[in-house]
Amino acid sequence: MIARDIPFTHAPEDADGEAQPSAGLGPYRLALRRLRRNHVALGFAGLFLLILICCLCAPLYASAIAHTGPNAEHLTQTINVGGRTVDVVSLQGIPIGPTWHSRFLLGADSNGEDVAVRLLYGGRTSIIIGGTATLITMVLGVAAGVVAGYFRGMVDGILSRVLDLIWSYPVVLLGVALGTVLALTGLHIGPVVLKGTSLMVPACIIGFVFIPYVAKPIRGQVLSLREKEFVDAARSLAAGHLRVMVSEILPNLSSTIVVFVPLMIANAILLEAGLSFVGAGVQPPNPSWGNMISDGLQYISTTPGLVLAPAIMLVLAVLGINVFGEGVRDALDPRAQIRIEH
Amino acid sequence: MGRFIVRRLFSMLVVLFLLSVLTFLIFQVIPNGNPALRLAGRTATPQTIAAISRTWGFDQPIWTQYLITMHKIFTGSVISYNQQLNVFSQIKAGLPATLSLAIGAGIIWLFFGVLLGLLSALRAGKFVDRVLAILALGGISTPSFVIGAVLLYLLAYRTNVFPNTGYVSITDPLGWFYHLLLPWITLAILFIGLYSRVLRSNILDTINDDYVRTAKAKGLSRRRVIVRHVLRNSLIPVVSLFGLDFAGVLGGGTILVETVFNLNGVGQYAQQSIAALDVPPVLVITMLGGFAVVIFAALVDIVYAVLDPRIRLAS
Repeated sequence: MIARDIPFTHAPEDADGEAQPSAGLGPYRLALRRLRRNHVALGFAGLFLLILICCLCAPLYASAIAHTGPNAEHLTQTINVGGRTVDVVSLQGIPIGPTWHSRFLLGADSNGEDVAVRLLYGGRTSIIIGGTATLITMVLGVAAGVVAGYFRGMVDGILSRVLDLIWSYPVVLLGVALGTVLALTGLHIGPVVLKGTSLMVPACIIGFVFIPYVAKPIRGQVLSLREKEFVDAARSLAAGHLRVMVSEILPNLSSTIVVFVPLMIANAILLEAGLSFVGAGVQPPNPSWGNMISDGLQYISTTPGLVLAPAIMLVLAVLGINVFGEGVRDALDPRAQIRIEH
Repeated sequence: MGRFIVRRLFSMLVVLFLLSVLTFLIFQVIPNGNPALRLAGRTATPQTIAAISRTWGFDQPIWTQYLITMHKIFTGSVISYNQQLNVFSQIKAGLPATLSLAIGAGIIWLFFGVLLGLLSALRAGKFVDRVLAILALGGISTPSFVIGAVLLYLLAYRTNVFPNTGYVSITDPLGWFYHLLLPWITLAILFIGLYSRVLRSNILDTINDDYVRTAKAKGLSRRRVIVRHVLRNSLIPVVSLFGLDFAGVLGGGTILVETVFNLNGVGQYAQQSIAALDVPPVLVITMLGGFAVVIFAALVDIVYAVLDPRIRLAS
C-alpha cells in the first residue's frame, strides 16, 4: 500500500519491469523524454524546420534555378515553356500561371515577378522578423516582469500600469498605428537609425506590442518565487539584487520562457503577415507572405495561385510551430495556461 | 457594491487619459522629424505643412499640442489630408458595417466555441476530442484574411454560392445576412478555436471538484450535473474573455476581414488610410479603438462583480 502512494521512489521494485522515471532525472530530461514520445509535435517541428531551411536558401534558388531576383520585373518578356513561347504577363494584364519549370515555377505576379522566388524571400522576411521580434519580446518582457515582481511597490506599480496600457490596445491596432507612423519616418533609437523600409522596423513594432503578454505571467511567477527559501538563503550570503534576480530567480523561470518562445514566434509571424497585409508591416519592394497575399487578392478570380501559394506557406509554417509549441508546453508543464491574443 | 463601481469607473478614467497621452505620443512625438510632415502624408506641399503646423499647434509647447489634438478629436473636427474629408463622418458611415460584422461574428463564435468545447471535454481523449484539437489549432494558426480569401475564392468565384464582396445595409435584411455570412464565419473561426480549448480545460478542471461529486451523489442526472453545475462555473472565464475579445474586435480586430470582403466599415477605412499613409484617420481610429477596449473591460468587471460576489471581495 505504501509503495503505491509513493511509486517513484519504489520504482526499481516494480515487478513488471516497466521503465519508470528514476528519482535522479532532472525536469528537463523528463520533459525531453515526453517530447520525444510526441511524434505529432516532432513531425510538425520538422515541417517548420523544412520551411525554414528552404526559405534561408532563397538566394541560392534565385540565382541557380530561377535566374532572377525577388524584385526583378519581367513585364514585357516572353519565356519558353515546353517549346511554346509565352508572355510572362499577357496583353490583358493576366500573369502567367505555374509553369512547373525552373523559371516561373509557380507563375508570375502582376509585375512579372517570379512567384516562387518571392515566396522563398517572403518566408525569409517572415522568419527574420518573427525571430527578431521574439527576441525583443522575450528579453524586454522577462526583464520587465522580473524587475516588477522582484521590487514590487512603486517600481511594480509604474511598470504594471505601463504594461496594462500597452495591453489595452487591440494588438493589430497598436501594430498598425506604430507601423503607419514609422513607415513614414523610420525609427531612431539613440545612435541606431532605421529607415522606414527596413525589416527591423516591423520587427521592433511586433516585439514591442507583445511585451505585456510575456511580462504579466512572468511577474506573477516572480512574486511567488521571491518569497522562497532559496532567495532568503542567497540574500543571507550577501547576494545583491542583481545577483538574486539573474542567478536565483531567472533559472527558475526557464521553463516558462521555453514554453513562450515557440508561441511568440508563431504569433509574431501571424502579426507580421497581418500588418503587411494592410500595408503597415513590411514595405514594398520587400516581399513578405502578408503583402503577397494582399497584392494577389485583386487577381484572385483569374490567378488564385498568387494568394494560395503564400497563404499555404504561411499556414503551414505557423501550424508547424504552434503544434510543436503545444507539445513543448505539454512536456514541460501540462497545466500551464498561456494564451496570446491576435 | 457602489464603492466598487465608483472605484472601477475612476480607474477606467485614469486609463483612458493615459491611453490618450500614449496615442498622442505615438503619433506626434516619438518619431523624429517634423510631425506636420508626417500628418501631411507622402504628397505634401510646403503650404499644407505650414497650415498643419499652425492648426495642430506644433509651434507650441507639448502639453498645448496635446490639448489641441484632444480638442480636435472630441469636437469631431479632424480632417484627413489626402481626401479632405471629415474623419468623424467617415467613421460614422462605416460603423454599421463594423458593428454588424462584430456582433454577428460574436454570436457565432460564442455559440460554437461553447458547443465544441463542451463536446471535446465530454469526449476527452477520444477520437472526437483529437479531431477537434487539430481543427482548433488549425483555426488558431490561420490568419483571418487567409481564411477569408480562400472562402471567397471557393464559394464566391468558383461556385457563385455567395456574393462577391461588399456590404448591404440592414434595411434589406436578407441581403445583409447573405453578404455578411462569410465574413462572420471568417472572423469567428479563430475565436471558436481559442474558446473551445479554454472551455475544455476549464471543464476538465472543475469536473472533479467536490461540489460536482456532491451533485452526482444526490442523484442528479448526468445532463443536469453538466449543465447546471459544471458548465455554469466553467463558463465564467469564457464570458470574461468574450467581453475583452469582443471589445478588441470592435476596436480594430475587424481591419483584416473588412479589407478582404470589402465591407467599407471603419476597419477598411483605417486600412485605406494606412495604404495612402494618411495619418489623421489612423490616429483617431487608434484612439477610439483603445477607448472601446478600456470601457468594455470596465463594464465586464462591473457586470461580473454584480453576478459573482467573490470577485468583488477579492479586489
